[in-house]
Formats: sequence, structure tokens, C-alpha cells
Amino acid sequence: MAPCTTFLSCTKYYCGHSLPRLDLRSSSKSPGRSFPRMASRNVVRSFKILGTFSKLRREGKVALMPYITAGDPDLATTSKLLQLLDQCGADLIELGLPYSDPSLDGPVIQASTRRALANGTKLETTISMLKEVAPRLSCPIVLLSYYKHIEAYGVEKFTSIVAEGGVHGLLVPDVPFREIASLKRRTEANDIELGLITTPITPRYQMEAIVDVSEGFVYLASSVGVTGARPTVNPQVEDLLQELKEVTTKPVAVGFGISKPEHVKQIATWGADGVIVGSAIVQLLAEARSSEEALRHVEIFTKSLKAALP
Amino acid sequence: MASILRNPNPNFPSLSKTSSSFLGLRVPANLSWPRRVASAMRSPFSVSCTLTREPVGADASAEYGVRPSSASQRPDSFGRFGKFGGKYVPETLMHALTELEDAFWSLSKDAEFQEELAGILRDYVGRESPLYFAERLTDHYKHADGGGPHIYLKREDLNHTGAHKINNAVAQALLAKRLGKKRIIAETGAGQHGVATATVCARFGLQCIIYMGAQDMERQALNVFRMRLLGAEVRAVHSGTATLKDATSEAIRDWVTNVESTHYILGSVAGPHPYPMMVREFHAVIGKETRKQAMDKWGGKPDVLVACVGGGSNAMGLFHEFVDDLDVKLIGVEAAGYGLDSGRHAATLTKGEVGVLHGAMSYLLQDDDGQIIEPHSISAGLDYPGVGPEHSYLKDIGRAEYYSVTDQEALEAFKRLSRLEGIIPALETSHALAYLEVLCPTLPDGTKVVLNCSGRGDKDVQTAIKHLQL
Repeated sequence: MAPCTTFLSCTKYYCGHSLPRLDLRSSSKSPGRSFPRMASRNVVRSFKILGTFSKLRREGKVALMPYITAGDPDLATTSKLLQLLDQCGADLIELGLPYSDPSLDGPVIQASTRRALANGTKLETTISMLKEVAPRLSCPIVLLSYYKHIEAYGVEKFTSIVAEGGVHGLLVPDVPFREIASLKRRTEANDIELGLITTPITPRYQMEAIVDVSEGFVYLASSVGVTGARPTVNPQVEDLLQELKEVTTKPVAVGFGISKPEHVKQIATWGADGVIVGSAIVQLLAEARSSEEALRHVEIFTKSLKAALP
Repeated sequence: MASILRNPNPNFPSLSKTSSSFLGLRVPANLSWPRRVASAMRSPFSVSCTLTREPVGADASAEYGVRPSSASQRPDSFGRFGKFGGKYVPETLMHALTELEDAFWSLSKDAEFQEELAGILRDYVGRESPLYFAERLTDHYKHADGGGPHIYLKREDLNHTGAHKINNAVAQALLAKRLGKKRIIAETGAGQHGVATATVCARFGLQCIIYMGAQDMERQALNVFRMRLLGAEVRAVHSGTATLKDATSEAIRDWVTNVESTHYILGSVAGPHPYPMMVREFHAVIGKETRKQAMDKWGGKPDVLVACVGGGSNAMGLFHEFVDDLDVKLIGVEAAGYGLDSGRHAATLTKGEVGVLHGAMSYLLQDDDGQIIEPHSISAGLDYPGVGPEHSYLKDIGRAEYYSVTDQEALEAFKRLSRLEGIIPALETSHALAYLEVLCPTLPDGTKVVLNCSGRGDKDVQTAIKHLQL
């Protein structure tokens, strides 16, 4: 089933035609399925990410999704931060695997990946850390990895290592649409939901294809650019959310630039299902003089964001 | 409204792109690689044994009815050269890349654009560049019996700005203008591409921002001054290794941020599709002229083509015309820095592994953890841990051979050409010249060797002063 969906979406993405919707398509109109669907390789899929959003939607809530870079300042602190964010009300946590040349990240996250790489953070050590801490978390983890890492290990090995860490979602900012089919085969087989990113300048037909294929949620980048706190939220986000809602009932989470409780509140009122806050939290880690101070500041900040959300 | 209601792209999917031509240059038709490549390897001019691999055929990821790549298309409609190439960039850039490719193909058929470009290449850049018979260099490589190869230098160093880089910069600037972009960004290593970009932006009245690694800015201070004098803003990149790789990453991030107003003039045959193809086509004039000049001079084709390889643009520019001529040997020379075993080099095709960098799948230098290694070369233009995907492909199918040369050998060649021909070559070019020491003793009498003299060395004298006792 999924390969057909991805093929049709691939055709839509590259050919520019909106194709008629087929019944083969999975779960795009029914996010609240209560039973797991059998994937192509007879893996029982748990849809933890989608399930989290469904539950929040039923409760009239919006997901708070903080981002931190694994290994910044070190994996021990990352482990503590994951637990802290969970306790402060994070509904999902995005964890970035550090990469030396991130094309979608601004100076704050670039600096965090440099710090993480300087202390030798890599996939295996990150996953070891996650194996220990993920069972203690109530919220699921979405791993963010640039394609370089996936290529280095090979799609099969990468996805199975990641699954061992208890990761339920994957975001790959620079995977070309054409490669998604082969990546998705492996993520499905490992019970990982592959989320995709859409932007304000993505043409409509490509946005539709992205939305068709994206699992767990659709990541809407709020502005054209790289990550980094911005003083205000791009007003286009309101229209973009509306457009996305016309095309799908899948959850839509908005990220990039969100750095204040006011931003979070505004995006929630515009109809987002989730709000992602990255650089603002990472910056607190960079400025803190000690691990304890970092944890303290992140706790205060995260609670203020949570308070701004319904 | 936030969305762009865009018409479906009429050119997708289509094979016709890869059989089009640009400036009348032929893009190769169908070929069957293994047999013909194997016979080329058995030619009398073979220098070494190169295992001929089967060409990478249908792409495994294309099994869902998307057009497969085949060895004969360079690249296919997804920008693949076999398994190399592609577009590993954020979604934000996808539309701009498509727009760029559409513009490239439509302008290739636009007579007015082609005429304008040809005129600028002729009257502003100073093409065609001479194919110069290096008499004393040829003498230097004579065998004991008095025979030996005939060495010709393709004088890209005589172009305006002193390197081959201007060919691509001029064409992309014109393309950018047609796209209505007023802001240009570029990355630069040695500074030659930065200077070329700043030059064309001055010529065409475009805003110009150049990203350059802080370390490179120090060793190429003259070029930094030139860029600023030409009106460009040069932004130092301090992150990572503070060299070309990081400058390129920063330029990509700038493009992600400013994609609607900005055109990114990428300086080599690297990066996401359509850049490797486009930059190759813009430099292919080098090979086309060489074919004509060779015919005029000796009534035949070159037997061996030699060029230095950093990203690979000057080499692809020379090679592309002759890729289908399997009796023409293609040799690329990379930087071995302090030596291949030292760990401080930039010999990507010799020592690298396949991975993704700056939007393309290609060979690159990485450590066991998959992190990109800081390369080293005395020449900033070759100091890049990646290489163009087409070179990766040509290497894998055995069509081209790649060797490397140390800093020391390049410096000796730098001095040698200066003394024998009165031409001070760029340190990048010196790598290709250094390889002649290994190549020429093996070549039969009368072999025609064309070496791409990709740039002049005025910019390198300060570096040379530190290393050469004269």
C-alpha cells in the first residue's frame, strides 16, 4: 500500500499534476485510528507520533515540541534535558543528530552541532544514550538527521540502529523526494514515522505530494530560511496552515523562528497542531555557565511556553 | 495567498533534455560503456591498469516507475550520473533548482541569449584561448632517444581574471538576469571564482556577496582585495575548517534564506543538480575550442588530456567534449598535500568514500564516523573534501583516471613552467603540470598531450615565497 502511495505522490511532485485520491491511501483522513495497521512487511506499527497528536486533538490541546542537539554540551546533559523537557510538558521532543554542514540551520544550531561534534557525539553513542532514557520518557522522540548520516550507514542499518534507541519519528531535511520511497520502506519496517517538511514557497502540487507521504505529522517551516529565533512570526503561517488543512487532516507542526510564549500562543490560535521551538532553547544551553544552570533556564523557559498553549 | 499556483512543469519527465545542446555543444548520445572503455584501456597509450567496472545502470531507488538513470545519460533527468549527483538539499531550494534548470534548457535554445553570451566570451573574456605548443617543456620531457610527447597548454590563464572560472560566472550572471535576480552569492576557495563572480557582477550591475573561509582569506589576500575593489562584499566564514567547504555551506544557507531574490553562482561542477551539468556546459567551450585547435594544428585529436581537479570544473570543461572519444585518455590530478598517507591531503577520488556533500552524492573525504575531514593542499582551489559527481562517475566506470601530487611536487612544477616557458601557473594548475613527470616517460613519441593551464599564478607568489628558496 505505502509504495503505491509514495509512487503516486512522487509522480505528483515531479510532474506537477494533482492526481485523484485513491482509497489505497493510508490514514490521511483518519488520524485517530485505534488499531495498528499492518505495514508491507507485516510489522505491527504503533504510530506513536500520530497517536500523540490524535490524543491532544481530542483534548483540544496543541503539542509543544522542543528541539535540542544530541551531545550539546554532552550526552549526559542531553539525557537529563530529555527527562526535564518531558517533565515540563513537552508532548514530543525533536533530537538533532549533529552534522558539520547543516544546510537548514542557522548560527545557533550550527554552534550546537559543533560543540556536540567536538566531544565526539555520533549515532551509536546517541542511540546508546536513548536506549537508557527513552523508556523513562512519556513523550516520543523524533530524530532529526541530515541525509549524510543515512548514506554513511546505509538506509537499512541506519533505520534499524535508530529504532533500537526507541525513536518513533524521523525528519530528514535534505532528502530529495525521489529517495523517500526507499527510505520509507525501511522506516515503516522499523516502526518509525517519517515526517516531511514543507515551506512557504513550496508549490501547491509539491506541498500536496509532501503531505500525502509525510507520516506522524507535517512539518511546516514558518519562513523561507534557516533555523534561528525571529522577532515575530511570519504572518503567512496563518494562510499556509489553512491551505494545509484544506488538503489533509494530518497534524501540522510549525517550526523555525519561534522563540517566545507569544509566538507559541499565536501559532496555536491559527490552528497548528504542534509548535516546535529549537534555537531559543539551544541558545540557553550555549549561554549557561554550567550544566545545572542550563537545566534551570530550560525548565523555566519550557514551562513558560507550555503555559501559553491550550 | 501564501501558495504559488504553479503550472505543471512541461519538461518533466523528459529525455529530451539530455540530448539537447548548449551553445551548439553536443551532449553524448547512447553508448555502451564496458566494451568500449575496456578497449580504450588496452590502447598503446595506457599508463596503468585501471579496473573497468560495469557502469551503474538503473538506479535502485527508481523502482517506483520514476525514470531510471542509465549510463548513457549524463546526467539523467534527476541529475544522476550513475548513482552520483542528485539534489540533497532542503525543500526550500527545490523550486529554485527546478526553475534554474528550466531556464538553462530554454536559454540553450534561445539564439539571442547564445549570441549575447558568445559576444561576451569573445570581447570581454577574450576567448578563444590559445592552444599553445610548450616547446621547452616538450624538450624537457624528451626521452633518451630524442622522442617524446608533444605538450600543449590550453591557455585558460589568459582569460580575463586569469582563470577558467570566468566562463561559468559570465553565463550564470546572464542567466540570473534573465531570471530577474538582482542579488548574487558565491563561494570561493582560492578566490578565483570569487573574483570572476565579482567581475561579472560589476559588469552586469548585480549586487554581489562572496563567502570565503577565513583561512583562505588569509592565504589569498590579493584576491580578497580584488573582490572588494570590484564592489563585492566578502564575508568571512569562521565555522568548521574555515575553508572552501564551509564557505559553500554558508552560501547554501544564504541561498535557503534568500532564494526568492538571489541566484547562487556555484563555482564548480559540484552541488545539487542542475549545477554539475550547467557548470560543465558553461566550461565545455574549453574542450570544444581544443578540438578545433587540435585539428588546425596537427590535423587530429589530442591523445591525452590532463587537468587538475578540485571541484572539477576546469577538468570537466576540457574533458566533456572528448568523453565519447574513447581513444582520448582523460587524466585528472588531485592534491596529495603532505602525502596520501599523511592524512593531510585533498585526494578525494583516490582516498575518499561515497557520501553526500553540498547537495550531491559523490566521493568525499570522511572519517570513520562519517564526519567530513578537513583537507589540506597548498593550493586553496584544490582544498575541497568533495569532488564533482560526474568525476566520481567517470572514475567508477573507468573512463577517466585520477592521480594525485604533493604540495612539494606542485611547487617544483610551479617553478619548472616559470623557468621553461615564462608562464607562472596557478598552484592548482601546477598539480596537473607536476603529473607530467610521471606521465611523459611512458608516452610514445609524438603523443599529443593537452594540459589545461587553468589559471595564472600571480595570486600564488606570496605562498610560493614562503616555500621556495630562490
